[in-house]
Amino acid sequence: MSITSVPPRTSVPALGVSIRGVARSFTAADGSIRRVLRDIDLEIGAGEIVALIGPSGCGKSTLLRQVSGLDRPSIGTIAIDDTRVTGVDLRCAVAFQEPRLLPWRSIERNVALGLPPGTDRAAGAARVGELLELVGLSGSRSLRPRQVSGGMAQRASLARALSRGPGVLVLDEPFGALDALTRLRMQDLLLDVHAAEPATILLVTHDVDEALYLADRVVLLGQDPDGPDGSSILRILPVPGVRPRARGDATLAQLRGELLEGLGVDSRHQTAAPHRTSKATATSTARDSR
Amino acid sequence: MTVTSRPRGSEAGSLETGRLGASPGGPPSRRPAVRSRRLPVAKRPRADSNRSGHGDASTPPRRGRFLVGLFLPLVLLATWQLIAVSGLVPAYRLPTPASVWLAGLDLAGDGVLAGHIAISTQRVLIGFAVGSLFGLVVGAIVGLSRWASAFAGPTVGAFRAVPSLAWVPLLILYLGINEDSKVLLIAIGAFFPVYTTVAGALRHVDGHLVELGRAYGLSRTNLLLQVQLPAVLPTVVSGLRLALAQAWLFLVAAELIFSSMGLGFLLSDSQNNGRIDRLFLVIILLAVFGKVTDALIGVLEKYLLKRWS
Repeated sequence: MSITSVPPRTSVPALGVSIRGVARSFTAADGSIRRVLRDIDLEIGAGEIVALIGPSGCGKSTLLRQVSGLDRPSIGTIAIDDTRVTGVDLRCAVAFQEPRLLPWRSIERNVALGLPPGTDRAAGAARVGELLELVGLSGSRSLRPRQVSGGMAQRASLARALSRGPGVLVLDEPFGALDALTRLRMQDLLLDVHAAEPATILLVTHDVDEALYLADRVVLLGQDPDGPDGSSILRILPVPGVRPRARGDATLAQLRGELLEGLGVDSRHQTAAPHRTSKATATSTARDSR
Repeated sequence: MTVTSRPRGSEAGSLETGRLGASPGGPPSRRPAVRSRRLPVAKRPRADSNRSGHGDASTPPRRGRFLVGLFLPLVLLATWQLIAVSGLVPAYRLPTPASVWLAGLDLAGDGVLAGHIAISTQRVLIGFAVGSLFGLVVGAIVGLSRWASAFAGPTVGAFRAVPSLAWVPLLILYLGINEDSKVLLIAIGAFFPVYTTVAGALRHVDGHLVELGRAYGLSRTNLLLQVQLPAVLPTVVSGLRLALAQAWLFLVAAELIFSSMGLGFLLSDSQNNGRIDRLFLVIILLAVFGKVTDALIGVLEKYLLKRWS
């Protein structure tokens, strides 16, 4: 897991993302229309890391699917580097909560799946080798997915996304299924990767601490209690400080409280602590709301 | 036609590129006899645990398993011999093993038996190839496209419900009593198992993997070649295995009803002439050939499962 800093590569430059007036509705089985997202406006600068956070089912993943082109907004537009996204886009790469590796391929060949079409064979192999090195999987390149741990599989999935040479990296709860310790290591790895391959990163997470540790800005998504149906952006919080940040940074504590409050968790229970049970509940709701 | 050539292409390609794994051809080519005669009871997980070389107490080692599998046929042979010699059953009802062996030598002597075997094998192989090829194509189309499934699924299902022997009179009327009608009947028999397994398996390929393929911009063709077909390959092979068994079944049916050559003809001919020794001979031959061809596909299946999962 020890990832030493890799010198920055001259790969595809990071690209900005503009989300303008996006809404998405789904037709339910009974024919009624359910609006999941409404009025989403967000400008993401090139090379920025933005964390999307919000309660379960608030449409975070839906928004990611719009950006990656797997789904289209009902209203509004999404543009990467001022070019509109109309379908799956080569400039954008996705990593999912599950590693989704092809079980019949070696780790190496799974990573190679992400290479842009038409990549020269030798160049592709070199690139895959480089990325495996970056995520610390050089020794496991010929193993099958079932032979590696969850964390290793997730690193392979990240390497696969990077092999695309993406201007925008879209991560849907990439560390959500990992154990706490592996998750912390993966967060550091992601920052190393970002230093080496500076793509714009749009990340969905349930973990407030993860968002504050990684992101330049945290976007809180949710249902406005006074507004019409559908989640919208409730708050955008810039995170102060330069990465890597200390995990226990005191200046982040206030932001943390604010975010938890925005997620509907009363953060004061955690400091007061006269009722042990309610404290435990509050913490676990914040962490495990997935 | 083009669609069916794909699975083979992908298969070959993936096998070729999967060079990093353990040497693939090793064990099967070294000991084909042992593998091919393994009992059908030998299921996948056991075979795997055995392969790793740490056979535990509950799994006999490979050589031992072969001997264990040989045990029951020997017991049957001995019982048969005992009953036949004891006179409990008259000889015109139960020949001795020796007389069956002699009947085999007798038929083999002037090349008649070889001719029957050759024509039957040829019919099975051609019918199986044609039937499973069409099964693959139609199964792939119906499995991949919801439209095709809604459009053609019920009709194919209805044809499948027709007992295949019901086609015989029509086949004879249209094609006459010749190779075509027999091969076609066998092909019909081989078609449905392949069709059903391929369509079902493709419909149930892990949606996450398909979405992954889409997210990485794979075209429909590449999605099929790189994700969907590899995902269903093991299932397809078990479909082929079923189809081969069906092919032998329909071979005998076709030859019993309308033919002047082949093992099925030899059966009906022997029945008419009261040659019970030949009847036994043919049944034993069918068992042997059915098992051998099945074991060949079994070897392929085991190999693929090892590479794939």
